[in-house]
Amino acid sequence: MISIDSGRWGGACSAFLEALHESEGSQPHPQHCQQRLRLQARSQMEQTEALGATIRALSGDAPEKLHQLNTQLHASSDVLKRNVETLPELLLNLDPSACSLGWIHLLTAVGCEDPPAGGVDSFIRSVSRLVASCNQDQMLLEPCMFTRLCRRAKEVCLHTNQAARMTAPLLGGVMKMQPSPRHLTSLHQDYLQVCLIAKMYKAGLEVLNKDIYEADPEKTGIVPRDFLLYCYYGGMIYIGLKQWSKALELFLHAISAPTVALSAITVEAFKKYSVVALIHHGRVPPFPKYTSSVVQRHLKLCAQPYTELETAYITRKMDVLKAAVEKHSAAFVKDKNLGLVKQCLNSLCKRNIQQLTQTYLTLSLEDIASEVGLVSSQDVEMQLLRMIDAKEIHASINQKDGMVSFSEDPEEYNSAAMLARMDKEVQNMMQIAQKVAQVDNQVSCSHAYVTKMMMKDRQGNFVEQEYFEDMGTTARNLFGL
Amino acid sequence: KRTSTFPCYHVFYVLTQVIFVVLGNIFGLRQKFTMDCEMEEKLLNFDLETYISSYTGHTKLIRLKFIAQLLEGNVKVEALRLALEESKKGENTQLYIELLEKIGGALGPDYAADDDWVTKVDQRNNKRLKKLEVELNGYKTNLIKESIRMGHNDLGDYYYERGELQDAFKSFVRTRDYCTTSKHIISMCLNVIRASIELGNFLHVSTYVQKAEQTPDVQEPVVLAKLRCAAGLVALQSQKYKIAARKFLDIQTELSGAYSDVISSQDIALYGGLCALASFDRSELKEKVIDNSMFRNYLELVPEVRELISDFYAARYASCLGYLESLRPQLSLDLHLHLHVQPLYEQIRHKALIQYVTPFTSVCLTKMAAAFNTSVPGLQRELAKLIMDNQIQARIDSHNKVLYARHADQRSATFQKVLATGEAYMQDTKAMLLRASLLQHDLVQKPIV
Repeated sequence: MISIDSGRWGGACSAFLEALHESEGSQPHPQHCQQRLRLQARSQMEQTEALGATIRALSGDAPEKLHQLNTQLHASSDVLKRNVETLPELLLNLDPSACSLGWIHLLTAVGCEDPPAGGVDSFIRSVSRLVASCNQDQMLLEPCMFTRLCRRAKEVCLHTNQAARMTAPLLGGVMKMQPSPRHLTSLHQDYLQVCLIAKMYKAGLEVLNKDIYEADPEKTGIVPRDFLLYCYYGGMIYIGLKQWSKALELFLHAISAPTVALSAITVEAFKKYSVVALIHHGRVPPFPKYTSSVVQRHLKLCAQPYTELETAYITRKMDVLKAAVEKHSAAFVKDKNLGLVKQCLNSLCKRNIQQLTQTYLTLSLEDIASEVGLVSSQDVEMQLLRMIDAKEIHASINQKDGMVSFSEDPEEYNSAAMLARMDKEVQNMMQIAQKVAQVDNQVSCSHAYVTKMMMKDRQGNFVEQEYFEDMGTTARNLFGL
Repeated sequence: KRTSTFPCYHVFYVLTQVIFVVLGNIFGLRQKFTMDCEMEEKLLNFDLETYISSYTGHTKLIRLKFIAQLLEGNVKVEALRLALEESKKGENTQLYIELLEKIGGALGPDYAADDDWVTKVDQRNNKRLKKLEVELNGYKTNLIKESIRMGHNDLGDYYYERGELQDAFKSFVRTRDYCTTSKHIISMCLNVIRASIELGNFLHVSTYVQKAEQTPDVQEPVVLAKLRCAAGLVALQSQKYKIAARKFLDIQTELSGAYSDVISSQDIALYGGLCALASFDRSELKEKVIDNSMFRNYLELVPEVRELISDFYAARYASCLGYLESLRPQLSLDLHLHLHVQPLYEQIRHKALIQYVTPFTSVCLTKMAAAFNTSVPGLQRELAKLIMDNQIQARIDSHNKVLYARHADQRSATFQKVLATGEAYMQDTKAMLLRASLLQHDLVQKPIV
């Protein structure tokens, strides 16, 4: 303890000893206790003060000092736990932007209690303040701790039904933790979860709209579970916004993520994936060939009701699908997918009507009702009106004759807007192609790849290990690696 | 404790199997073909004698039995009577007894069970079998290839006449090892083919047809024709109608009864004509059927089929479909064709509809219904189905009952495709980059231990 004020310690000790001498042989208990408590409180205060001073002194930009501070704070974590009540006060004295690391440790200790010391409110407020103004370098020394802190705050919020309060702080946390906008952090999934619970779907788009390409556990401390949860919650947000194709994309990421074991998250993602695929495409596409074999073999078995739903949907008959839904409604309710499945029913109706537009030029409302499986022509009319409004079909209803005439899509693909759209798409594609070339370049120059290529001798066979050692050193010399 | 429960379990298992088999037989899980009343009425005038006169040998008996199975009333009794008479000429006592059971005395005392004849034939055949087996053993010890082959052949013939087809098949196959000339091989193949067709094992038929065709110097046109027939039957049975048609139309000579123990010339015309109509397009139809002089000889035997084909070609659909309907009862009695009548008819009808619509930009549905002799709603449903299957490019105006041809707008289709492909590419590439990063940093979900 370098900069402890020895005078203070000495004063405390001497006072204590004095009190002991004085009270030797005499009785007054309450005085003893009182004094002891007072001394205890004072020692607590002093300990925390001491720590606070350490923090203040060592915080700064110098990385060695920060490392030192980090180790010290780790070492004194039980001290912190013991003196938890005094910590909120201490926090008020420290500046979060300068002493972010200290704040992180202190708040973690505060959060360990249930409910957090100083009250839920102040805890959440402190966390928000930290996130808003913390120093990124200091925070990146302890990403896991920071993540755990944010998660604890989220748990507390969800317990007390204040989910919406955590959206802003978590978004801030995500921004701070990302080394670049392309990186995935462990806080992504927490943020999306909070958005879902608070039903703030558009807020989720802030994070979802930015494409992520990198997942680096060293920089952000993420685990495979974080990625799966990100995809799952992200997909659910897109479902809430009815953007089916983006939802499908995210669920497919979850299903095709590299894995050796089947995770419950993947199973749930697959269930939602199959229902959304039915709504959007009318069928469930087969798994891409890079899906891991564990998933391919076992996934469909875990989701039996959904495969039956798919077979019923493919027949394109309303009553068959309705029967399948009835049969498995218990399973759907348990998975909380019943609302989605009902949307699936609706989508079959729409799909059948769309098929009719390809076959007929005009058709009476009764005929449509019988073909599609709706009960009355009023239902048909309402459905058609909704679809025409949503620009899913192009038709006009003649109420006098009860006839509907279908027309072709008036999109001519020759407007300036269309041209601009095509142009933008081409630009996007060029950008992404460049990115792919970059990544390819990186991999080709990496140590591991080069050594592996050197392992192939001229005939293209992979050589023995001993030979490789010699070659490896030669390669390293050659490439200066 | 375990041993005491084991027997009970065993008994229970056996009981369930027995019950299952009994129930199965009661509910007729074996396939039965039933005719509906309409067709039965039409068949009251069915001329059994002329139909069956073109067949000989085993196929006559099988066909008669099949007809008796399907029909009721006079024709059934008549069929059974003919079958009985035919079987008495042969050696198959098993079949005789079976037929007697089916008749059940309906034909009167003249056709009562002739047990003497049965025992006599059985004795005679047992003696013959013993003799053949002794001879064969003798030949085998002598190791004379030709004699062994003939021994097996005779044994095969014996079993075939007795109706034990599996043994016949096995014997004929055994002659294979002892065949020396191509003639032997051909005769062996033909025997095997005949037995296999009766057994219903068409896989063997096709193998042996191929084998026979690959034999060097297969010159006799009759043999070639027989092989073609067999190949055609195989293709028909596996529902490859185009191949079947080609095989039947490829027959270069008049068989005129040479293969009547398997198939008759009328059958060749029928099968070939119908399969061709269902599967060929117009040019092939003209080239291979109408202008085929050889096949014309066969078509003369069944003038309805000839009329049928020329009507279809000349777009006289009502009369074409009329002929088809008139032929239908007879065809459903045919041993090889009855399963395929429905699919063939459907295909022919669809082709007719498509052919009718193709030249026009708009078609009045009432006129079309008159041409096809159906009602307008029925026709509309059929056409809707064809449009949805993408066989006709058109749209129906249900209000005015008109069909309008519709040519897809290539330009907008291309645009849509391009946009969709672009989106798919973006999604795939992003997924790939993400996955590459996951793999690079080893973010693979491992089992929790």
